Amino acid sequence: MSSPAFPVIAALDALTGALFLLAALGVVATRQVLASLQLFILQSLLLTLSAVLLGIALDSFHLFAVAAITIVTKTLLIPWLLRRTVSAEVYRTREIERALNIPSSLLLSAVLIVLAYVIANPLLAAVTMPFAAINLPLGLAAIFLGAFTIVVRREAVPQMLGLLAVENGVFFAGIAIVPSLPVIAELAAAVDVPVIALVVGLLMRQIYRRLGTTSVGHLAALREQ
Amino acid sequence: MELAAILVLPVIASALSLSPLGRRYAAPLTLVSTTAVLILAVDVAALAAHTGRVDALDGWLTCDGLGALVLVLVALVGFTAALFSWGYIAGRAGHPVHHVQRYYGLYNLFVLSMLAVPLLANVALMWIAVELTTLLSAFLVGYEDTAEALEAAWKYVILTTLGAVFALLGFLVLYWGSRVAGLEPFTWLGLVEAAPRMPPALLWPAFLLILVGFGTKVGLVPMHTWLPDAHSQAPASICALLSGVETTTVLYVILRLFPVIGGAHGLDARPWFIGFGLISVGVATLLLIYVRDFKRMFAFSTVEHMGIILVAAGLGGTEAHLGAAYQITGHALAKSFCFFAAGMTVMAVGNQDIASVRGLIRSSPLAALALVAGGFAIAGAPPFAIFVSELVILKAGFTGGHFIVVGLLALFVVVAFCAVMFHINRMVFGIPDRSIAAPTIPTSCKLTLAFAAIPLVVIGVFVPAPLLGLLRAAAAAMGG
Repeated sequence: MSSPAFPVIAALDALTGALFLLAALGVVATRQVLASLQLFILQSLLLTLSAVLLGIALDSFHLFAVAAITIVTKTLLIPWLLRRTVSAEVYRTREIERALNIPSSLLLSAVLIVLAYVIANPLLAAVTMPFAAINLPLGLAAIFLGAFTIVVRREAVPQMLGLLAVENGVFFAGIAIVPSLPVIAELAAAVDVPVIALVVGLLMRQIYRRLGTTSVGHLAALREQ
Repeated sequence: MELAAILVLPVIASALSLSPLGRRYAAPLTLVSTTAVLILAVDVAALAAHTGRVDALDGWLTCDGLGALVLVLVALVGFTAALFSWGYIAGRAGHPVHHVQRYYGLYNLFVLSMLAVPLLANVALMWIAVELTTLLSAFLVGYEDTAEALEAAWKYVILTTLGAVFALLGFLVLYWGSRVAGLEPFTWLGLVEAAPRMPPALLWPAFLLILVGFGTKVGLVPMHTWLPDAHSQAPASICALLSGVETTTVLYVILRLFPVIGGAHGLDARPWFIGFGLISVGVATLLLIYVRDFKRMFAFSTVEHMGIILVAAGLGGTEAHLGAAYQITGHALAKSFCFFAAGMTVMAVGNQDIASVRGLIRSSPLAALALVAGGFAIAGAPPFAIFVSELVILKAGFTGGHFIVVGLLALFVVVAFCAVMFHINRMVFGIPDRSIAAPTIPTSCKLTLAFAAIPLVVIGVFVPAPLLGLLRAAAAAMGG
């Protein structure tokens, strides 16, 4: 790959990236709410791992901070918050309603991954940056897959996980392209993610109390006739 | 010093609203705080128009002409909407006192997040402020706690946050580019200066990501689907803020990119501004014809106006940019007025269905008059400001040789005018189908209408010299 200075770390990062993308695909394709939560946690752990690897290679303290924040907010805080607010929705075993079947979803996902590489290429050609060749296209692919998850899922918890998976994708790309970022990455990760999770979680609980379901795809009172 | 005070006052007002003191005094406390913020904002704007830029706190806070214009508009609508809330929120049945306290607690923080966007010098911190505008207003959108309001709040949060996360990637790439160009503080001023040295291969995707990401929050077609829901289901006072200034605040960020892209080699943002703008105006015009809910009507009109402002920015040149700044001002004043009128109409008739309202002038003359005045103001009839600003924009486009753009824009604007006035005419005149008891409209709502009408009428007839100075400074900040 593009980082001859750190061959071992680059190889490990590439492996992490591949697993990261697989986890994103899993969030798109899985049938159960609990499984998609677990895959999201796995994806967040892989983001942490990549941040630590890059932090070692680039000797950047900021990336360790990103790693610590990711662990705390995404693998501990968010599952805890979901359990507190809508535990019945998460822990009841049942299939998630979706707008598109799994084979077609995966086919479209493959197209999105190719698209991510096509978009990332000109950027990588313009500026060389260690690890960007691995993290930028994979992060971009995870962003597209997360957005795709929001579109095909018709329920609140999977849509929220899709949104947070998009955020994971942004950070996966971000740690490689701006490893010394002082404010955005840390503040955004530390403040923004828990606030998103809190607001969305409370909103879900309110919807659940009022409607008895979080199947937001069935909320269709508001539309043009 | 004023800049810091503008950001501190709403925090205090929010804390007091949520404290035991807020049980009785949340509304007046919020009103006092927003009044103070408005006075400070006018002061800052006068200074910014005069000197070009106001700095505070070691350059962490800054405000130029364009920022000052947005700041004043947010402060003004923040004040009028607080006054309207006093009577309107107290009059909503079925809400315990702690809901009202939470309303004002969030209200002040929501206004704070919008005030922070034009003031924060660091672009990264500004992104966080934009993101917070969504998160802090989510529960205000869902305040009525009906299935429709919660559906609207859900779509609002998920789609605009998704947009903001795409924009975040855009800002990360922008930061990458600014590091390549050797720029250290990540500010708008620095970006304009460093743009010629940034690799276009980084600047261009950053621009597109931010345009599409924040365009979602502005309500540009085709990312607008959440907007008519949120802007029709929120309480009228919140709609005035969402439609009148929140969209403008985010559009401000997109307009900030214009001089950055303009400074780079071989990049041209103008076709994208004009394309997105014209599509938004066209689609909104079509939707305005078929709309059935009068609050949705004003929401679609917001999509239309955001499109017009974007087209004006894309046409380029001092005249068009002056028109854009004037249109921003006229829209914020007129749209907030329209939603106050719509809120009064809801109080009078109890629903938002255009077809069910007839002869409003007989049952509630005040609401009817307000609807007619608001309709004329927002649709762009003389003597209101939007008439003048749209003429300025069309004329600037015509002299610039953009005949097709100007022709399409003029056509859409005229059709939208007819559509809005047709619906309002239906509601206001005619014989009522059923007799409606004359509603008791709270004094604070009447006062709001009177207060909001003053600038609306005045700036259409003549532009005071300080405001003209501010508009020129804003146009200059958008770049040539």
